[in-house]
Amino acid sequence: MKIHEYQAKEIFKKYGLPVPRGIVAHNAHEAECAAKELGTPVVVVKAQVHAGGRGKAGGVKLAKSPEEAGKIAAEMIGNRLKTYQNPEGLPINCVLIEEGVNIDKEFYVGLTLDREVSRPVFMVSAAGGMEIEEIAKTNPELIIKEHVDPAIGLLPYQARKIAFKIGLTDRKLVSQFAKILMTLSKMYFDLDASLIEINPLVKTKEDNFICLDAKIDFDDNALYRHPDIQELEDTTQIDPLELEAKKWDLNYVRLDGNIGCMVNGAGLAMATMDTIKFYGGEPANFLDVGGTATVERVAAAFRLLLSDPKVKAIFVNIFGGIVRCDRIAGGIIEAAKQVELDRPLIVRLEGTNVELGRKMLEESGLNIIPAKDMADGAQKAVEAAKGEL
Amino acid sequence: MSVLVNKNTKVVVQGLTGKEGSFHAKQCLDYGTQIVAGVTPGKGGLIWKDDEGKYEVPVFNTVEEAVKETGADASLIFVPPAFAADAIMEAADAGIKLIVCITEGIPVNDMVKVKRTLEGTGVRYIGPNCPGIITPEECKMGIMPGHIFKKGRVGIVSRSGTLTYEAAYQLTMRGIGQSTVIGIGGDPVPGTTHREAVEMFNNDPDTDAIVLIGEIGGTMEEEAAEYIKENVEKPVVAYIAGVTAPPGRRMGHAGAIISGGKGDAKSKMEALREAGAYVCNTPAEIGEMMEKALKERGLL
Repeated sequence: MKIHEYQAKEIFKKYGLPVPRGIVAHNAHEAECAAKELGTPVVVVKAQVHAGGRGKAGGVKLAKSPEEAGKIAAEMIGNRLKTYQNPEGLPINCVLIEEGVNIDKEFYVGLTLDREVSRPVFMVSAAGGMEIEEIAKTNPELIIKEHVDPAIGLLPYQARKIAFKIGLTDRKLVSQFAKILMTLSKMYFDLDASLIEINPLVKTKEDNFICLDAKIDFDDNALYRHPDIQELEDTTQIDPLELEAKKWDLNYVRLDGNIGCMVNGAGLAMATMDTIKFYGGEPANFLDVGGTATVERVAAAFRLLLSDPKVKAIFVNIFGGIVRCDRIAGGIIEAAKQVELDRPLIVRLEGTNVELGRKMLEESGLNIIPAKDMADGAQKAVEAAKGEL
Repeated sequence: MSVLVNKNTKVVVQGLTGKEGSFHAKQCLDYGTQIVAGVTPGKGGLIWKDDEGKYEVPVFNTVEEAVKETGADASLIFVPPAFAADAIMEAADAGIKLIVCITEGIPVNDMVKVKRTLEGTGVRYIGPNCPGIITPEECKMGIMPGHIFKKGRVGIVSRSGTLTYEAAYQLTMRGIGQSTVIGIGGDPVPGTTHREAVEMFNNDPDTDAIVLIGEIGGTMEEEAAEYIKENVEKPVVAYIAGVTAPPGRRMGHAGAIISGGKGDAKSKMEALREAGAYVCNTPAEIGEMMEKALKERGLL
């Protein structure tokens, strides 16, 4: 789960991490008042959306007066911010107005799971700012890495080692910096974060560190033990179809193509998308209906796929294991009747009792195009989406 | 022969009395798996019976007791996500050397801690969020449909459940049996990696060839490819799911996410191809490709 920058900074504050003074504003008037209250010659207006790359996308702007802050806020709020991470854009419902800071140097600090070693890893770079993803590709040696032992957390010497490696020498700064890293490590485990990122962490001209940005992602599987964090979720930042899918416990991700897919199992669902692409089509979504494809869930999945106007054909690809094919076929028929399918439906069933399942589909009176295997189904779906079947 | 499990494996089921545990334990027993004990804290002393009254299994409060009383040497775990990490460590502490954890949705940090705790203990654990492991016609420790598997000499390792079934079924339909099939699961911190599974199959004299099914995210497949390149003479047929997945999006499996250009399907396929594996473009080709590979090597 993602949260907004201002929410992450509230959490940072609770842990004693240095963040700029800031006030959330929902309209121009609030923004102007906030800027006045902060009282610094320059304030920063930051769009609050769940996406990185905000700076480049025009979501972070400087204002030299409260009036200007109000004006910028008015331009941002109610619009969508399109970033390279999210080309469709996300709605800006509020902005964070923050005091200006005298930046001397910017650093990047990230903490996330390193899957190669199954431990969290700190990634720190003196080349902070917006271009960190670029640096990771072109100059990976500029990123200092240090793994955290989950049994004991980050140790002080590790934090100091990173500080020295990024070129800090002043004792006060080294100790300030190390304290920030130790706190992040504690926070990561306390809160079941999956990612904590400060980009940039700034050294001010007054020789202090301050977290100019803050990002925390949380492990969805662990949210049950953090009800307070669960409350921070902003559903306006989530695709409405994906939100609807979540209600039915369906695993759905919207894509750009025109062939709707319904599959059991995440791996097979990805493989189905790949197979469609391999035969020249474009999948409209990833959708895993799970191991127990009941009538209710299949019907919900159908409604979801049909609500996307881009979808021209639907490909159902199910491997019936423990749940037999005849039961699945029954579910598909019942669900298809409920939702009044108006687009071509290609079904590929395989596994236990497959003959019976196929016969049921054939005799259902529904306009179902049967496929003998996955490749055949994908090809038929591609043709159907082009209107050639 | 086979790897990890066979007809002599004695299984304790943690979470036997739960809905999932009961259902799948019966399926395993029907397959012929020796389930000798169940563990549910607070239900020790109970005798578990399946819904048809065919089987009876004693239930214990702790794994330690279950091992002591029944000689169980492998554990199959069905407990809910909040208690699953604890269950794995309890099994390990009781001296169990093979643990299969089916549970889906375990917090990542819990599994990070499990991995750390079990380092160097010699415990082999598989999963979580996996279909389990099966040595056809001998022992099924998991939730896979047993009848699609056939005894034979091809090892399968996969991160995805239904793709495992897909592959096994295609092989079985072609008369190609399997030595052991290992579902390592779709989580970002798996107990057993592709590389480890490939190594087991490589060292097993009764496995002639290997099917490796991977997906986007992480670098497990690349690590396996490195091992294959250096050590494996047996034919390897590989498929990687997720070529079309957009970067940064999570595709169902918590593991299936590409970040920073790392772990995408193309680089994994390239690494495997370079290691000499037969790489399939779609999963529909797995059976055909394996038949071809076995014939080329004179193994079929």
